[in-house]
Amino acid sequence: MSTAAEVELAPTRPSGLKRALARARGNPTTLAGAIITLLIVAGAVLAPWIAPFDPTEQNIIDRLQSPGGDYLLGTDQFGRDVFSRLLYGARISLVVSLGAIAAAMVTGGTIGMVSGYIGGRFDLITMQVMDVLLSFPSLILGLMVVALLGPELENLVIAIALTAIAPFARIARAPTLVLKERAFIEAGRAMGFSHLRILFAHILPNILSEVLVMGSLWMATAVRVEASLSFIGLGVKPPTATWGGMTRDGFENILDAPWLAVFPGLAILLLVLGLNMIGDGLRDATDPKLRNE
Amino acid sequence: MLGFVLRRLLAALPTLFAVLTLVFVIVRIVPGDPALVILGDQATPEAAAAVRARLGTDQPLWRQYIAFLGAAATGDFGSSMVTNRPILAEVSAVLPHTVDLTAASMVIGIVIGIPAGIWAALHRNRAIDVAARLLSLLGLSFPVFVSGIYLLLLFALHWRWFPVISNADLDDPLDRLHKVLLPAVALGLTMAAYITRVTRGAMLASLSEDYIRTARAKGVPWRRVVWVHGLRNASIPIVTVVGLYVGILIGNSVLTEIVFNRPGLGKVIVGALNQRDYTMLQGLMVIYCFLIVVVNLITDLLYGVIDPRVKQT
Repeated sequence: MSTAAEVELAPTRPSGLKRALARARGNPTTLAGAIITLLIVAGAVLAPWIAPFDPTEQNIIDRLQSPGGDYLLGTDQFGRDVFSRLLYGARISLVVSLGAIAAAMVTGGTIGMVSGYIGGRFDLITMQVMDVLLSFPSLILGLMVVALLGPELENLVIAIALTAIAPFARIARAPTLVLKERAFIEAGRAMGFSHLRILFAHILPNILSEVLVMGSLWMATAVRVEASLSFIGLGVKPPTATWGGMTRDGFENILDAPWLAVFPGLAILLLVLGLNMIGDGLRDATDPKLRNE
Repeated sequence: MLGFVLRRLLAALPTLFAVLTLVFVIVRIVPGDPALVILGDQATPEAAAAVRARLGTDQPLWRQYIAFLGAAATGDFGSSMVTNRPILAEVSAVLPHTVDLTAASMVIGIVIGIPAGIWAALHRNRAIDVAARLLSLLGLSFPVFVSGIYLLLLFALHWRWFPVISNADLDDPLDRLHKVLLPAVALGLTMAAYITRVTRGAMLASLSEDYIRTARAKGVPWRRVVWVHGLRNASIPIVTVVGLYVGILIGNSVLTEIVFNRPGLGKVIVGALNQRDYTMLQGLMVIYCFLIVVVNLITDLLYGVIDPRVKQT
């Protein structure tokens, strides 16, 4: 019944994200980033079909084989195929960082939006709490949480999400503060819409693109933090292949088999770079100050 | 100026208090009894009770909380559960190594990042600018342990210019410098990438302002316009980013210390993790957060130095 009024009073611009995507598509950096990322995602998804060997199968006779020959990227100290392990390791990197960023985006985004909408003392205290969360060095916070909860996949997701909640709360709060004064929100309130309806049907669509762009930038950070935690020895437990864990094992054998550290390190670098290139292009495309570059 | 400093210090107090509370809560919600962690599962109840009394974990939570706050207020961060030595002593023993590393990497980051950012801004959208932007994107995509390992492979194992284990003799300044160089480059390049990006953005904004045109119109040499008028007004965002970067720098220094086998806070924290030394972890968290709060304070003070208008607000 209220649709006519809503259509009339809602901002008429098309979704910000759609325009950003259209603009980012013409950007060669974004395109290159998307190709890199898609290749890695494809490798992770298709791992069971394209991996030449079982990623956890040990073959002591073929240990520390150099790249080339039967093993594309060589074998590790247990004779496991590095290429197969890289493909499976990509799954952990992607699942953990996607899970963590999704969780941080939903929790942080909701906290920021609600806090900005309610305003007043509630907003002040919530943002103070977020500031406290921000004053922990993120890797140290992640390290503590994983160390205390135990190195399981879910705990890694929780730890990384925790380090990213505060920035998402901030990015969601700022536009909410502006939006809640706008005419179409006031109109909704005058028509007796519930707060929940205003928040999720009218404010959320207008802040979503900013939150999503930030999410794409934070994906890169999440991949890096997951890899760093695994490198320290707090990743998903062996024998599961993780890129950070593989780098660590390779680092321990760096004199005999330098490729063991070089390839997983390169894999992490490529994924982080790909994600950063996408996020960078999206941000340039949504930031009005940078738009005419 | 003094009033400004005092006001900022007062404003930092609630944050510090909240940080302490959060650390206390995080450590307490851990499943498992620290006494049993120390003694192992086979401990007699009497031995466990004795350890609990020593650690204070037999007290009610509110009393532990007050004791914890009181101790922190007097600069006492407790003792290691494993070695029984005061945490502050353990930390100060290795602190010079970490300070060397972070300071040297900051210098590298600033010395490369600021000129590169200015240069890119002055050549906006030309080859130099595109190269600077791509290189800085690459630089900040490098996890620091990966760049560390690559540098180590090239410069310590292949060319043998630098030692593989950079455990420096603190009394020998030359040795310190030689051993900090490679790890500091690994750490500093990422920072340079961040600073290049923000400097470029801030310079583009400040160079398009009216006062820049005025300065040029009245005949101020271009070099002076860029470095004095432009850079000074661009420095607030740069200082902000450098300040925010300290949090990342602390995490990255842990990784760098592992790769280059340097003594330092990172080694201490990893050791505490492996030994499940909760009191040590708690103390380190508090020290790290103090550090971040202090850096935020310094950043705030620098705003006032750069732009006197800030002080009035």
